[in-house]
Amino acid sequence: RPPRKAHGGPHLANPPTVIVMVGLPARGKTYISRKLTRYLNWIGIPTKVFNVGEYRREAVKHYSSYDFFKSDNEDAVKIRQQCALAALRDVKTYLTEEEGQVAVFDATNTTRERRDMILEFGSVNGFKIFFIESVCDDPNVIACNILEVKVSCPDYQDCNKTDAMEDFKKRIECYRMNYQPLDPDQYDKNLSFIKVIDVGRRFLVNRIQDHIQSRIVYYLMNIHVQPRSIYLCRHGESQHNLQGRLGGDSGLSTRGRKFAGALAKFVKEQNLKDLKVWTSQLRRSIQTAEALNVPYEQWKALNEIDGGVCEEMTYEEVRERFPDEFALRDQDKYYYRYPSGESYQDLVQRVEPVIMELERQENVLVICHQAVMRCLLAYFLDKSADEMPYLKCPLHTVLKLTPVAYGCKVESISLNVEAVNTHRDRPDDVKRGPSTLIRRNSVTPLTSPEPNKKPRIEDTHFLICSVNGHCLSLAHFLHA
Amino acid sequence: MTNCPTLIVTVGLPARGKTYISKKLTRYLNWIDVPTKEFNVGQYRRECVKIYKSFEFFRPDNEEGLKIRKQCALAALNDVRQFLTDEGGQVAVFDATNTTRERRETILRFAEQNGFKVFFVESVCEDPDVIAENIVQVKLGCPDYTHCNTEDAVADFMKRIKCYENSYQPLDEELDRDLSFIKIIDVGRRYLVNRVQDHIQSRIVYYLMNIHITPRSIYLCRHGESDLNIKGRIGGDSGLSARGKEFAKALGQFIQSQNIRDLKVWTSQMKRTIQTAEALGVPYEQWKALNEIDAGVCEELMYEEIQQKYPLEFALRDQDKYRYRYPKGESYEDLVQRLEPVIMELERQENVLVICHQAVMRCLLAYFLDKTAEELPYLKCALHTVLKLTPMAYGCKVESVCLNVDAVNTHRDRPSVRFTNTHPLSMSVSLVLVKQASPIINLRTLCSSFTTQFGKPGCNVMFIALHVVDNKKINILYPYSTIKINLFKSTS
Repeated sequence: RPPRKAHGGPHLANPPTVIVMVGLPARGKTYISRKLTRYLNWIGIPTKVFNVGEYRREAVKHYSSYDFFKSDNEDAVKIRQQCALAALRDVKTYLTEEEGQVAVFDATNTTRERRDMILEFGSVNGFKIFFIESVCDDPNVIACNILEVKVSCPDYQDCNKTDAMEDFKKRIECYRMNYQPLDPDQYDKNLSFIKVIDVGRRFLVNRIQDHIQSRIVYYLMNIHVQPRSIYLCRHGESQHNLQGRLGGDSGLSTRGRKFAGALAKFVKEQNLKDLKVWTSQLRRSIQTAEALNVPYEQWKALNEIDGGVCEEMTYEEVRERFPDEFALRDQDKYYYRYPSGESYQDLVQRVEPVIMELERQENVLVICHQAVMRCLLAYFLDKSADEMPYLKCPLHTVLKLTPVAYGCKVESISLNVEAVNTHRDRPDDVKRGPSTLIRRNSVTPLTSPEPNKKPRIEDTHFLICSVNGHCLSLAHFLHA
Repeated sequence: MTNCPTLIVTVGLPARGKTYISKKLTRYLNWIDVPTKEFNVGQYRRECVKIYKSFEFFRPDNEEGLKIRKQCALAALNDVRQFLTDEGGQVAVFDATNTTRERRETILRFAEQNGFKVFFVESVCEDPDVIAENIVQVKLGCPDYTHCNTEDAVADFMKRIKCYENSYQPLDEELDRDLSFIKIIDVGRRYLVNRVQDHIQSRIVYYLMNIHITPRSIYLCRHGESDLNIKGRIGGDSGLSARGKEFAKALGQFIQSQNIRDLKVWTSQMKRTIQTAEALGVPYEQWKALNEIDAGVCEELMYEEIQQKYPLEFALRDQDKYRYRYPKGESYEDLVQRLEPVIMELERQENVLVICHQAVMRCLLAYFLDKTAEELPYLKCALHTVLKLTPMAYGCKVESVCLNVDAVNTHRDRPSVRFTNTHPLSMSVSLVLVKQASPIINLRTLCSSFTTQFGKPGCNVMFIALHVVDNKKINILYPYSTIKINLFKSTS
């Protein structure tokens, strides 16, 4: 039988892709790496970050000063190379043995020599290579970056802020002398890359090869670093909620209307500049927004998950009339699709344009529904497909998400209006693990995996020593 | 999307694909419901100077020529202003060479005076093969050269390009750093994107980065005839009938005979398309986005049953088939939104066969053939017929291939009785014609149902219910009443 792929979207990224970051320190490479990884995992492309700095911190337990990064510090240069090789080795394992599809190689990669080595690594292993270079010379931006993420990093835990800042600036100078930016006109004209200039003011995009690179470029062109907050909440309690019914299109209950009023007050108190308000096209979220007395936009994409044949039933009725479906859903809530309805997996696809637009916007309040809110939350908080359907999103509670450093700060604000509890925890008696519903090659959000901390320096040490400081073809070593 | 209208300004030497990009972009934006129109200055010039003599008209020292060309540009800008300010347009594409900074300054001033955002799209290409191909494909056949032979036309056109070359000031990273633009280099090999201001510009950039001009064909067809088709029922998820299976086999043979390089096959996630693809014996991908329009409460009903059970819905659908949403279902408008990623991926791909459904196929076809929302729901997409679309010059060539396997006809033409107004969403007066044969409809039910479908919060809707006795005499059944609708607040 011919191979058949069954999933909601197009078949992506086959062969695997290595995204290679390029840029001086404090240009946002790790920020981009982690954000992009979070996005790709959420849309179902297994992605992982390999941060060479972390390998270095494993190898060199105590960071003394920027002297480590001087280009004439031979011992340090050796160690740094070993770390890069170790990371690449893990990249290979991830992409060939652990079903990874995209690996983000997060390091400065500022010299042609280093990039050529990576290109060879890619060529030998059949990986596509896509470079993301961040170029920025605005001293304010750089100072801000250093304060936000460098001063508090493990390297500087014993320093005061001023000393840390000074040392880091000297560190940057060590790299600057040998920095060879990507050259689209001559040397690098055949490479696939995007140059992000001045935090997204300008982009240079060269030779996009495939769908996944096109999506990555689109994503990078839509994100920004302006401070802002995203408020997520559900509609006020609805008539169906009171009856314990799924789905439908009922109006607000009395308590629901009270919540809408409380929400209006809350929004005023937040005193936000230019707040956008988004709702779904279902009555209960529109009624909630109406109470705010501000303009709002209705998105059909924000409608609640379609319960298909189970629409408007109570959970008890579902259990009675469709006992098999009821059991199946508990076994694999993420993939399970209501007959003639949708699954959480379908929701992710449906809601993706909302995420893209949320990235473009600044302050936004999204008034949506339980399953939809779980999807959005999973994106912002990097939750896996397994966790997503069980995230707690109670009625009458607002979640305020504020991007901070490499992640998102969450504040949960209950508006003190009583409501029914619509949350069902994962049942204990359910056997976990792959079920008949999981199809190979299905798109699945994964939590961005923990950075790989295994040093493996001992393994590669002897190889580097025999090289006398020259960087030989990696193929020789990594093929072993 | 945007409140401020956007003026897209093309920039580039002749034969760099500016008009190709303008038309394609306009087609895409209109399809995703952003009212867009292109204004090609060359056409204004052809109106003004009835007969084109030679490239001499474009010489930079030809004062008469310069004057006329400037006037044409201004006339076009005037029409742009009218379209964006008075005619509800949202995006205007100003298609001309715009190769000098001076000309671009004029346009920027014009836009500022009128409150338009400006986004430049520059096409830069020095590959002589590409340019030669462009000239052959679109210039030789253009009205300027109807009386020339190929060689003379090409020679003249090359001299025309030369006239622009000396004064060409490309968009510059430094000098133009405050402008919003995309520079497309070598037909998409490279892009320089500067200062994208808003959502619509971001979508435009994404679109431009996904299109290509490599020759290829897109094949569109529906699944083979299904069991529900035979019963005259809509929607559902039934399998193929015997004739449907025959079609699937014939489709397999047809594909083989076409000898297509690297054909991708896409289906929906419904049984009938999957079964059709299975018969081809090649790998295929299933897209949920290609599923048939969801008919909500009308799923698996026959049209006659819908007319009986939901007479108002049935009538309303005929009034505005594009925007009408089945209760608990979808509209064609929803379909277009759902299909947009499919279109984007189709643009990226080369040879593709899409096995889908009637409403879905109409949406895709409307995109490729530039059909309006009015025409879309009535496009003919018969079962067991394959449409082969091949991009050509500025549009798409369509070949309809009937695979000679009988099937039922599922097409319903546009009915003759309709509302007079074509944009119910914006209207404030509604005329409802109730035919004599219909059951008596309670006015409140009619109004509330109609308003739920078409009303907007805060708008006044006035209903006049007429009872048509025969085509000549009209009795007013109810006195007219004005009902102020505040959506979703319970008022009487």
